[in-house]
Amino acid sequence: MKSAEEILAAIQSALPEVKVELVVNASPSQQHSLRLDPASALAVAVFLRDDPTMGFDYCSNATGVDWPDKEVTEKVKVSKVVDGVEQLVEEPVKRIQSGYLEAVYHLFSMKQGPGNEPGPVVLRMRTVNRTDQVQLPSLTPVWRSVEFQEREIFDLFGIVFTGHPDLRRILMWDEYEDHPMRKDYVDPDDYEYEPTPHDEVLKRAEEHKTKTAEVAQ
Amino acid sequence: MAAEPDLKIELGKQGVFVTTISEIYNWGRKNSVWPMQFGLACCAIEMIATTMARYDLARFGAEVFRPSPRQADLMIISGTITKKMAPQVVRLYNQMAEPKYVIAMGACAISGGPFKQGYNVLKGIDRYIPVDVHIPGCPPRPEALIHAFMTLQAKIDAQPLTGEDRPRHLDAAAQGEFPIPVQGAHDLEPPVNRLVWPLPAPAVIGDSENCG
Repeated sequence: MKSAEEILAAIQSALPEVKVELVVNASPSQQHSLRLDPASALAVAVFLRDDPTMGFDYCSNATGVDWPDKEVTEKVKVSKVVDGVEQLVEEPVKRIQSGYLEAVYHLFSMKQGPGNEPGPVVLRMRTVNRTDQVQLPSLTPVWRSVEFQEREIFDLFGIVFTGHPDLRRILMWDEYEDHPMRKDYVDPDDYEYEPTPHDEVLKRAEEHKTKTAEVAQ
Repeated sequence: MAAEPDLKIELGKQGVFVTTISEIYNWGRKNSVWPMQFGLACCAIEMIATTMARYDLARFGAEVFRPSPRQADLMIISGTITKKMAPQVVRLYNQMAEPKYVIAMGACAISGGPFKQGYNVLKGIDRYIPVDVHIPGCPPRPEALIHAFMTLQAKIDAQPLTGEDRPRHLDAAAQGEFPIPVQGAHDLEPPVNRLVWPLPAPAVIGDSENCG
């Protein structure tokens, strides 16, 4: 089995105009992944499937990841007057790193057989943000097996796959509007009857109690 | 029931069999409860096992699982009710002819079970339809289902045919159809049918008087 670096090099030599980036996994598993540019993802996917040295003909899994907005602190050098002298001072600056949604695909090669072990080739694609620019190209035309899984990602994370043949909700009903696997999903306030509340449930049940008490007053 | 037990035994010794309408009526009813052929999740596997040779639910007159709600008397809610499935469950219950009974089988059917805090699982079917017998367990063993079935038989047997406590099918004013929840933008609407689920909010949560 080729390492992610070797596959990256092969993609870059075969498709020089395409942007692909190695996402390093620092954990002991060393399971690095390839981040594709949504604009050229389809071309890379076709290359990975059809190139005789690659032959990744089986996409076993597609899933989503939600990366919410997060606050990062960076040290920035600022010129500042300290004790009457102008100096360069390092100051922490907080900034909001905007979040995005990510689709992850796991590829295996049936053609190359057991030499393929261990582990899949991992592809990633990221949306621009989490609100209005959530389109990614569908890889269903390349691997038919991800049709339902992309529908599931659409349902639970809200990534819109352009080019998907039948993009509908699959687990929740059609009238549903939320995306429950997103980190900021809040479930309905249905904590009226909790016979054995604890932890998060206790908190929610108490909130419900104060809320209904306020309404009653 | 109404007949004096001693007199009944005495007459029996003389070769006279005495019974009452309600006794023979309920005896017939309780021994021919046909469940609906309807499984929701893993509890259904135990329900199927209950009907097979080892546990043999047929001994209790429930051997025929009817694939149509029109011919069924008993709905065994065997498994997790997702919010997507709940309207169909209530609709099937409405389509069953009276007299009809419900056994909520397993933790999920009672309360949502391990999936209670899930975004897509109903916290118990008793929020929408009346339940006669609840069985705890995850899943309950076939013996537990048989016990629930016998509990239901005892309940049917004890029902008087007249008066306040008569069964629903003999009460023209009783509610026969239950509102089917609508799948809304965030949850089922309404989230609970108050007529069948009148449980109050828990008295006081985390209060000192309740903790002791």
